[in-house]
Amino acid sequence: MARLDVRIGNLQLKNPVMTASGTFGYGTEYSDFIDLGRLGGVFVKGTTLEPRQGNDYPRMAETPSGMLNSVGLQNKGVDYFVEHLYPIIKDYDTHMIVNVSGSTVEDYVACAEKLADLEKMPAIELNISCPNVKEGGMAFGTSCKSAAQVTREVRKVFPKTMIVKLSPNVTDITEIARAVEAEGADAVSLVNTFLGMALDVESRSPKLSTITGGLSGPCIKPIAVRMVWQVYQAVRVPIIGMGGICTWQDAIEFILAGSTAIQVGTFNFVDPEASVKIVEGIDAYLDRHKIASVEDLVGQINYV
Amino acid sequence: MKVRDFKIRSNTKLNDRNHLLKITSVDNEPLPEMYPGQFVQILVANSPQVFLRRPISINFVVKEDNEIWLLIQRVGEGSNKICALSAGETVNIIFPLGSSFSLPDEKGNFLLIGGGVGTAPLLFLGKMMREKEFEPDFLLGGRSENDILQRPDFELFGTVYSTTEDGSLGEKGFVTQHSILQKKKYDFIYTCGPKPMMVAVARYAKENGITCEVSLENLMACGFGACLCCIEKTVRGNVCACTEGPVFNINELTWLD
Repeated sequence: MARLDVRIGNLQLKNPVMTASGTFGYGTEYSDFIDLGRLGGVFVKGTTLEPRQGNDYPRMAETPSGMLNSVGLQNKGVDYFVEHLYPIIKDYDTHMIVNVSGSTVEDYVACAEKLADLEKMPAIELNISCPNVKEGGMAFGTSCKSAAQVTREVRKVFPKTMIVKLSPNVTDITEIARAVEAEGADAVSLVNTFLGMALDVESRSPKLSTITGGLSGPCIKPIAVRMVWQVYQAVRVPIIGMGGICTWQDAIEFILAGSTAIQVGTFNFVDPEASVKIVEGIDAYLDRHKIASVEDLVGQINYV
Repeated sequence: MKVRDFKIRSNTKLNDRNHLLKITSVDNEPLPEMYPGQFVQILVANSPQVFLRRPISINFVVKEDNEIWLLIQRVGEGSNKICALSAGETVNIIFPLGSSFSLPDEKGNFLLIGGGVGTAPLLFLGKMMREKEFEPDFLLGGRSENDILQRPDFELFGTVYSTTEDGSLGEKGFVTQHSILQKKKYDFIYTCGPKPMMVAVARYAKENGITCEVSLENLMACGFGACLCCIEKTVRGNVCACTEGPVFNINELTWLD
């Protein structure tokens, strides 16, 4: 049996498979399908300081091998989370990590402060990459200066593991990765969705109420793998890779490109059991290749 | 909720666009309780470009045979693939999903109004009502006779009225123009079909003080409350049509505001 455990900041994960924020609710939505205790971690829905109703319907358009969404961070706010959701999820036998978003730096800081007090919340993921909100979100993740600023300010109030989720909608993702690493990020996760758009040709109207939205699913995987590979060469902190992962082969591909852990995202909608199947697939792969630990595989591309 | 493989028992073409699939649990695993209005999410296999499952409402359940009926309209690549499945092949579904129509507590006059393929969940609802000794009427609408699906099946459970836009079956016009609405006073209307039809039915019900439930067909990704894509604006704010619905009382919705 190979070792599946990996380390991200202060977190020791039982395996490298986690689920991506916005695709897995608060974990409870999946408890009919899988034992959450078999996952390395669960990133819960993007949480903001104030409650948000999200964007208008329609928020989703299927595209070839993927989908566009413009949910717009619908959530009940951090206070609701702390009072009503945390008590339900805190005893799951996996790491529950809150994805934090905001419109201003002060929002991120205030939200992170409230979460820092929760004993069983060992980490947060700073979402500086949501493409579906008018203010904040991706705006923070597309310049080194603002990415650095929000990371620096949250670092001051959040002593536990801080992961920063990067946007792919930039000219050079490695610059942003370096900027947040320099300000104390313990890890980076990438990629969030790609800004996209789809039109209905009969009505000539946008398929999303917001006109543009975030593209995810297998159609983005090769670009995401490339970005992970680039960032792996640019930073020393661990990378949590994601973007269209559906199978254990996809997960191994991201690990080879430089990911210490991975997140399964949109494919959870199609196969709610996928994440657990991927854990089993990675385990079998390591045994078959006689690799002692999954950590030995990180970044180990055979260029020949 | 479960993810399971089912075997196709039969695939019947009802007209140019609609197929009736009868599926049964593999290994005869007993079916869980299912209620009218609930739906399944079908995986579209061997079609890599079609990424998401297709939500299909439960048309009928034959519990003793572990059999579920699904009425499927061909509208694109995904539904075409599903309709091309043959008897003996397997299909993977997540089920049962969503809320159901509420069965009445006391006797009264009940009208089940369906348009096109939206009649699907009303057959199962009609059966459940008959089992509880209610006597539902059905009002089925379509563009022409060919679009009125499963009429003989509906007739097993109650009186069936129809409207067609071209007058080829029943009264000519839309469901809300049918003369039965003038002749009989209904206490409860259940409806499913195209949104303009449901809005017209909801308006009629509200104006006449009739309790009314509608079943929505919002675009969705997951079907179990994770993606937050299928939201419907309600008096309680945005809610997932897949978990809080697809069936809503019209008083919860903001359609008529």
